[in-house]
Amino acid sequence: MEISILCFGITKEILGSFIVAKSIESDLSLAELMQDLKSQYPALNELPSIQIAINEEYQSPDYIIKSGDELVLIPPVSGG
Amino acid sequence: MKEYIQIKITTEPLNLAECQQFVEDDSVGGIVHFVGTVRNNTKGNTVKYLDFEAYEPMAVKEMTKIGEEAILKFNVHKVAIHHRIGKLEIGEIPVIIAVSSAHRIAAFQACQYAIDTLKQTVPIWKKEFFEDGEVWVSATP
Repeated sequence: MEISILCFGITKEILGSFIVAKSIESDLSLAELMQDLKSQYPALNELPSIQIAINEEYQSPDYIIKSGDELVLIPPVSGG
Repeated sequence: MKEYIQIKITTEPLNLAECQQFVEDDSVGGIVHFVGTVRNNTKGNTVKYLDFEAYEPMAVKEMTKIGEEAILKFNVHKVAIHHRIGKLEIGEIPVIIAVSSAHRIAAFQACQYAIDTLKQTVPIWKKEFFEDGEVWVSATP
């Protein structure tokens, strides 16, 4: 399955682009995708926290990624 | 509940009077504003300016949730949360929160809850620019 991941803040610099395309196996969980990304981009391991939002909502690590989901990397936020 | 909450993300300068106007009501006994400003230093380093970016649709959703929670938890009347993005100079205003309430204590508490939660959950990021470099805030241990 082909997915694209949007990257904000420092993750845009770590992954090198705002939109990153990736092929994943079907039935992959968010936790498994995060493991993949962390081995592909080791600098992600150095962040105090990192989450993936699905369709504009925070999701739990066991969420199974579906075709058409909007995936967004959320490094530690710092608004205000 | 939506008519009691005003959320705004903009690249234009924020307007305190607009926030005030939204939360005003004859039934309230007080209005609390929190106005965030860009500080000229962080951990002893001189800051030149900040640059904010947002994942806007989700930021609006999360800010709306904060407004709803503030009203439910503290029984306040109205909440406005405005956040500016883009490049901000020292002294400029990245965020305003306005809360109106029948009684002052609830307004103070709801306003503090709103800014504290915004800083934890809303997908907005700021980069600090120094004389000799730049850093994404909160992204390093």
